[in-house]
Amino acid sequence: MEDMTQHITRDDIIDFIYQEARMLDEGRYDEWLSLWLESGIYWMPLDYKQSDPINATSLLYEDHFMLRLRVERLNGARTFSQKPKSRCHHVLQRPFVDVFEPLEGRFQTNTSVHYVETRLDEQILLALTVTHDLKIDDGKLKIAGKKVELLNSDAAFGNIQLLP
Amino acid sequence: MGHSDDIRALFQGYQVHRDVYISNDIYEFEMKHLFANTWVFLGHDSQTPNKGDYYTTQIGDQPVIMVRHTDDQIHVLLNRCPHKGTKIAIDRTGNTGKFFRCPYHAWSFKTDGCLLAIPLKKGYQDTGFENNQNTKGMTPVGAVKNYRGFIFARLNPEGVGFEEFFGDSLSTLDNMVDRAPEGRLEVAGPPLRYMHRCNWKMLLENQTDTCHPMVAHESSAGTAIKIFEEMGSPSPRPPAMQIIAPFMSPYEFFEGMGIRTWPNGHGHTGVNMSIHSDYDAIPGYFEAMCDAYGEEKAKTILDDNRHNTIYFPNIMAKGPLQQIRNFIPLAADKTLVESWVYRLVGAPDQLIAMSSMYNRMINAPTSIVGHDDLEMYERAQEGLRTNSSDWVNLQRLYGEDEDYSKEAVENGTTERQMRNQFDAWVKFMTYDMDKTTAEQT
Repeated sequence: MEDMTQHITRDDIIDFIYQEARMLDEGRYDEWLSLWLESGIYWMPLDYKQSDPINATSLLYEDHFMLRLRVERLNGARTFSQKPKSRCHHVLQRPFVDVFEPLEGRFQTNTSVHYVETRLDEQILLALTVTHDLKIDDGKLKIAGKKVELLNSDAAFGNIQLLP
Repeated sequence: MGHSDDIRALFQGYQVHRDVYISNDIYEFEMKHLFANTWVFLGHDSQTPNKGDYYTTQIGDQPVIMVRHTDDQIHVLLNRCPHKGTKIAIDRTGNTGKFFRCPYHAWSFKTDGCLLAIPLKKGYQDTGFENNQNTKGMTPVGAVKNYRGFIFARLNPEGVGFEEFFGDSLSTLDNMVDRAPEGRLEVAGPPLRYMHRCNWKMLLENQTDTCHPMVAHESSAGTAIKIFEEMGSPSPRPPAMQIIAPFMSPYEFFEGMGIRTWPNGHGHTGVNMSIHSDYDAIPGYFEAMCDAYGEEKAKTILDDNRHNTIYFPNIMAKGPLQQIRNFIPLAADKTLVESWVYRLVGAPDQLIAMSSMYNRMINAPTSIVGHDDLEMYERAQEGLRTNSSDWVNLQRLYGEDEDYSKEAVENGTTERQMRNQFDAWVKFMTYDMDKTTAEQT
């Protein structure tokens, strides 16, 4: 990928968000992990409008080690809850680019998503608001943070096994 | 079915009949008898700190409201208007002020359940209305106990007292609360809510099943260790290594952990040490404990690293992590698991951060550890439909002379605690059964 620092546009940011979702839907997890800064955190709050991810329970608050573990586990020989495997599908509304600061290499998007996950005869639909914090690192866009807010985060769920 | 002998026949020493997990009739008897005769966990009094604060939950299949009354005591009322049956409160938590008011016909009740007012009351004159039992107000449960902040209730007015029911098992809750320098806990946010399509007792049994972690959780704990080693075993270790990696400990580790059982179905793993023993020290915490208790007592409190404590019938407590998991039965094949964490008042924030991290890594519907547990329960729920055998085996380290009325400490891989639970299950299923049947016939 060419160095994006000089000429980055809002469309580049939006394309990046779509590409990330496509990697998850197609199970291209190694590519997906390479989108992340090592310091990036994937946060899924438990409480509606939760502000503190650390000192109260979240659904997910995962560093690079946990994300790598999550992804490697999916392909393990003894990953029983993934025999058979789940599949997922993201439908994105066009992201809002809420922060666009190319000189600082800092961007933030807000995206409405319908997320479908299925396994065997079961299928769930979740409505999400996703906030991406992006940075330019070594000339490429990277995910510095991803917050996934479920519309019904306080509902009781069965397994949610892949990544909304 | 419905006589105590039929219930007793379902548990035979080292095996239990599959109907206890899959039969709708047995489930209905559990709701009517087991969950009415036992002390059932409701919540923590810090969930309702002010007068009029309430929290809605259920005891077995009975919807209840836990509310702080004007006398500052916690009362527990059945969540039903005595008039038409309308649920009085449907939000999970709120404040009702000095009284509840039914939204259907505006009957109102004090927060201890007593009838306060009925609109247009003259319409009931000379109707004999005052003799109707439904006019007494909202019905309180049989008995309520606030034990160091934890609220338990028994539906039946008559039955075994709180101290007799729990006995020495209360030492785990004591240890959890004693770990706070100020000697009290506060609830930290809402619980994880995880729906399981399996019987509630499968979850209960799994809490002291020390032969499954290294098998069922190899995909998460084993992979964590593999990645850590590929990274060159960095220090400090990633947080997940503290929490998830010990699940891969060998059988010998779990044998050495030990299991203790108490009468009435209570018991715990981790008598000598546990998978929670090797967590990193949190700066400032030991000092705060020494200031509060003196060094010797602080050490005694913190050296107790029990793993999972079952409070029969349906909760598990983790003392070292200030956590309670509530296995709420919804049907023979459906259980809602709520996992709570509590803040140690007076302790550094890193402790609640650790408890919250454990909760999301292990107990969430998004947890890679929880996924494999739920997979096993749901496969068992389906597999038990097969007619090849009526019996589920609980025979590991079984002795014919086991006496569940006495406390015992044994090898940490025994299934004695599961047998202990079924011994209590029979006791409290049948406790009022013959009496009830006699009244009906």
